[in-house]
Amino acid sequence: MKKVRSVEEAIRYIKSGSSLMVGGFGGIGNPPTLIKAILESGVDELTLICNDAGFPHIGVGQIITEGRAARLIASHIGSNPNAGKFMHEDKLDIEFSPQGTLVERIRAGGVGLGGILTDIGVNGLVAEGKEKVVVDGKAFLIETPLTADISIVYAKKADEFGNLIFDKSARNTNPLVAMAGTITIAEAEEIVPVGELNPEEIVTPGAFVDIVVKSEGVNWAWAWE
Amino acid sequence: MGMGVSVREAIAKRAAEEIKDGMIINLGIGIPTLVANYIPADVNVMFHTENGVLGMGPAPLKGEEDANLCNAGGIPITVVPGASYFDSTLAFGITRRGLLDITILGAFEVSEKGDLANWIVPGKIVSGMGGAVDLAQKAKKVVVLMNHTDKHGNPKIVRECTLPLTAEKCVDLIITDMAVIEVTEQGLSLLEVEASYTVEDVMKATGAEFHVADLVK
Repeated sequence: MKKVRSVEEAIRYIKSGSSLMVGGFGGIGNPPTLIKAILESGVDELTLICNDAGFPHIGVGQIITEGRAARLIASHIGSNPNAGKFMHEDKLDIEFSPQGTLVERIRAGGVGLGGILTDIGVNGLVAEGKEKVVVDGKAFLIETPLTADISIVYAKKADEFGNLIFDKSARNTNPLVAMAGTITIAEAEEIVPVGELNPEEIVTPGAFVDIVVKSEGVNWAWAWE
Repeated sequence: MGMGVSVREAIAKRAAEEIKDGMIINLGIGIPTLVANYIPADVNVMFHTENGVLGMGPAPLKGEEDANLCNAGGIPITVVPGASYFDSTLAFGITRRGLLDITILGAFEVSEKGDLANWIVPGKIVSGMGGAVDLAQKAKKVVVLMNHTDKHGNPKIVRECTLPLTAEKCVDLIITDMAVIEVTEQGLSLLEVEASYTVEDVMKATGAEFHVADLVK
């Protein structure tokens, strides 16, 4: 059951044209070592699914800035002007989802549900092209589930079975993204033998995780630095 | 928003008066963030962030920032005793369930019915809605902080929004550099006028009618 691999071995699963789901919010909780290796591997035409477009030189934002994504499903791109620029130049196709809906779609995909019913945006632009259903007299949108060929996440600690513990606000979308990949790769600050994590504290059970790699830490400067 | 520091601070200070002891609060980016600075020490509240913290505290001291502890805008924060961390579905579960007592946010336009447009200017600002739709539609009270007019002097409070809506009939209170206006079932109601303006000034700068009977200052 040992899932620990080298970064090189792990990212072989990510190919040009793959759908790639990335955990994190505003760069925080994006897996830095995996993103660096993906950039170096030269893959492109990716379909990215993540909360937001990050910042131009931070986290998942770099994949967009370097033109490696053809499609993006996210809730917000405001902090990465390159995403808006490529969208206007028709180089990047973007699907927006309200933040709360996006993460529930990811969760739905991750736990084998056929979608979710939500009234968020039911009377606005968000509802365009979506099916509605009425439950107890109230209208809801049917929002479809999201999965990806590969999910990459960042964890504070992993054990060799792939059980994961996250770090403060760097948890954000990571436990959800971890569930929604056909192959899930977790990048952890620390990897410990099986049995060392307290079962009460594990957030993501190892069943969802296929590969664990050791993080080399953040290799960018934060916007506030 | 192109307004002076003192005006931004005055709006934030007025907004802080809406915050009551025990509230669970979400503050938007920009002027709303400043509101936290004006909440009296004896008013205990819990700040919620979309990225998964309930119990956000003040900014850390320089040099004590933790990159893995930030607000939804990616700025380092601290937490207060009783704080909790959770994933993004729970962050929005709290929102969608209506557990936020108040959200304070900015706007491009607000209509006399309380419709809010604050996430898209087609062809110009297309940054995505982030959590704005969830927050505007589901918080118990929605307070908008903005300039009374846009940079060309056009009213931002209008009969009908021209921009796509974030959420309809959601705004409860509008606080601007000129006035405080409540959105009621009967329409807009002018509650306060900033000292350097008259009711007439506010009328001229507003694209919708309002009642003045309830004017308190």
